[in-house]
Amino acid sequence: MMSVQQMVTVDGLQVPIEGERNLLELIRKAGIDLPTFCYHSELSVYGACRMCVVEIEGRGVIASCTVEPQPGMVVRTNTEKLRAIRRTIIELLLANHDRDCTTCSKNGGCKLQDLARRFGVTRVRFGQSDEMRPLDESTPAIVRDPNKCILCGDCVRVCSEVQGVGILDFAYRGSYSMVTPAFGKNLADVDCVQCGQCASVCPTAAITIHSSTDDVWKAIHDPKKKVVAQVAPAVRVALGEEFGHAPGWAEPGKVVAALKRIGFDLVFDTSFTADLTVVEETAEFLERFASGSLERLPQFTSCCPAWVKYVEQYHPEYLGNLSSCKSPQQMFGSLARTYLSRELDIEPEDMYVVSVMPCTAKKFEATRKEFAPDGRPDVDAVMTTQELARMIREAGIEFDDLTVEAFDLPLGMATGAGMIFGNTGGVAEAVLRAASDILEPDKSAGVGNSKKLVFEAVRGAEGVKEATLTLGGHEVRLAVAHSLGAAAEVLERIKSGEASYDLIEVMACPGGCIGGAGQPNPSHLEVRKKRAKALYDVDTMQMLRKAHDNPFVKQLYDRFLGKPLGDASHGLLHTEYGTRRRIEGEDIKFSLEEVDGRVDVGVCVGTCCYLHGSYDLLRGLMDRVNEAGLDDKVNLHATFCFENCEHSPNIQVGGEIVSAVREEDIDRIFKEKILSRLQDQ
Amino acid sequence: MTAVRAAQRKFERVNEIIEKHGRDQSSLVPILQEVQAEYRYLPEEILTYIATAMSLSVATVFGVATFYAQFSLEPKGKYVVRVCDGTACHVRQSMPVYEAVRSKLGLVDGKFTTPDLMFTVETVSCLGACGLAPVMTINDEVHGKMTPEAACIIIDTLLEREGEK
Repeated sequence: MMSVQQMVTVDGLQVPIEGERNLLELIRKAGIDLPTFCYHSELSVYGACRMCVVEIEGRGVIASCTVEPQPGMVVRTNTEKLRAIRRTIIELLLANHDRDCTTCSKNGGCKLQDLARRFGVTRVRFGQSDEMRPLDESTPAIVRDPNKCILCGDCVRVCSEVQGVGILDFAYRGSYSMVTPAFGKNLADVDCVQCGQCASVCPTAAITIHSSTDDVWKAIHDPKKKVVAQVAPAVRVALGEEFGHAPGWAEPGKVVAALKRIGFDLVFDTSFTADLTVVEETAEFLERFASGSLERLPQFTSCCPAWVKYVEQYHPEYLGNLSSCKSPQQMFGSLARTYLSRELDIEPEDMYVVSVMPCTAKKFEATRKEFAPDGRPDVDAVMTTQELARMIREAGIEFDDLTVEAFDLPLGMATGAGMIFGNTGGVAEAVLRAASDILEPDKSAGVGNSKKLVFEAVRGAEGVKEATLTLGGHEVRLAVAHSLGAAAEVLERIKSGEASYDLIEVMACPGGCIGGAGQPNPSHLEVRKKRAKALYDVDTMQMLRKAHDNPFVKQLYDRFLGKPLGDASHGLLHTEYGTRRRIEGEDIKFSLEEVDGRVDVGVCVGTCCYLHGSYDLLRGLMDRVNEAGLDDKVNLHATFCFENCEHSPNIQVGGEIVSAVREEDIDRIFKEKILSRLQDQ
Repeated sequence: MTAVRAAQRKFERVNEIIEKHGRDQSSLVPILQEVQAEYRYLPEEILTYIATAMSLSVATVFGVATFYAQFSLEPKGKYVVRVCDGTACHVRQSMPVYEAVRSKLGLVDGKFTTPDLMFTVETVSCLGACGLAPVMTINDEVHGKMTPEAACIIIDTLLEREGEK
């Protein structure tokens, strides 16, 4: 017996309904590339841009992304009316758009430009808005240009739905509508983690990646400088897309060759320092695990700078759980200025270190003060996969004609473990490969054995993956999360007591680094799956697939570092992170005039302190001050952050921070800190 | 001293208002309305606090507060003067009334509130009193059939009253 296939008629063709969530997906399946600005398969349906309008018999003109396919629907996608509507929409968008296309960084890759061309919009009947709004270039990673924004809301949705952060939202209304961080502040003044996913989905140049290529060219053209590159694993499986290859096409040798032709003196592999990270992080994990200390477990990975910043700003209570290992990028930076300069006899100050990364947050990470000993950053410039492609084009290099070249030594040889770092689950798998070797020494297993190499449980595109493994008789509970929204879910489960883990890997971008915002566009699920497979394939091809089997890692320990977690490692490869203020702004003052000689008392009502009951502390102090009639002697105010969130709630009395205050401490603090200060005056 | 207590009291009210409405995001608009009634505007730091207390992103709270014309992120004067510029009032010369009040109060260059926080002067789209056009309201008091001269006399009266205090 055959079941009757349910059909929709699209432009006269019979198209079966196969679980498509909306008519737009069904129409695209039928081979019609219906245009959209605001539709993303991984985000909620917004229905704002109206480019995907169709005519449905009996229902009129309707945005196809908002309609569920129903059997028997008769749909037309290309009529005189629809053409006129689409053209008018584009014209209206262009009227509000800064149309300096030739000098725009998105020139050639802009969806608005592309659709204007596709629909033959050669003139705009409406007047041009001439009011120019200022750019936001406050962060090293992201540039916001409100003059290019078409209000599709893609960035707003990716930031809140995927990342759970919600830095951007619509503000104002009508012709004044704009997408902005709170109070029109710059991104650097709010709690943006600089993951760049907003730039990745932006159809125009309203949000773009801050380009470092000019700085890099300058260094390359400076004869005194030895320009050294490190290339992240995810770059090699995506760069080809910029030159017409299908996603998943991987040729690391061409990446090296291109960098050499551009003028880099030496090209190394970040996968090498990823191997090193595995060795250090596994040692750290086993130490924490053996200590059994609940405060130190779970251990969170710390390779992802957006995740680290997220913990600093949103979950400082877990700062102690972050692995103290620097990320592979920053381990490379420290080693370049020390070990490498010694081994290759290059003066550290003549060395210009460039990272090629799939990531925008790496640009931010390189500027962190923790990674600039003596004031100069270990990594001088970070460029994305997209920026490398631009440099290759600018230099006129025919990418496909390049003859492959090998990475330079000693920081250019990596095992499969270091390669899979670019995939979600990759860091966890690399650590598991090492930990299982240490906890279950297998005499029969020599170098390159295939035992305990593949840990399927941590692979795949699911947002949160969990596994419990038995290693050397111990149960190790793992969680792997990609996207910050998924990470927040894991934290929620830990907090509610619903789950507990020993090791948690977090990468902020969907799919891990292979889905980073610096990768070629588009970067949707299907593309990410192919890039991920390519990285696993690269891993399978390696003779060595466990980080500690890397002979150059061994050599590095023999010649320079000593042992994992040793003194040299501690100084060069490990770091500490601290809390950061989330939003810049004023305190809530309870008096207008400033009077000298008053005792200043600030009570933090920022998120962490608020959740730990700081409002009750504030009220308690208000009552004590009022009862004692000291309103004019004590300047009590509510403030937003003392950057001490892991010890919340915090109170500041005349410059001194009192932490972890409870309600029963109020009397004591009032007496000992406030009254005694007044008596001293 | 009383000013300090009043400020503390206002802040306590913010908490009472949030408690009363609950922390569901659908309560945001009524919360903002009541908080604005307390402060006469929505100070940035209070909006940040409301977002914190309601587990909303600050950008979202800012978005809602700027979307509705009823909310103001700038301090408003004790007297809010609204001159109607709907169609009926406009054709009956409401703009000269508006300009006269502004110049009387020395408001120039995109300023809508006097530095002493006494007066805020705005236009409004329609007050629904077209029969009295042009219409001006001061807080909740309606003045119909305005002329620039009449409007200035009303402002003068208020200025005198405030001067006597």
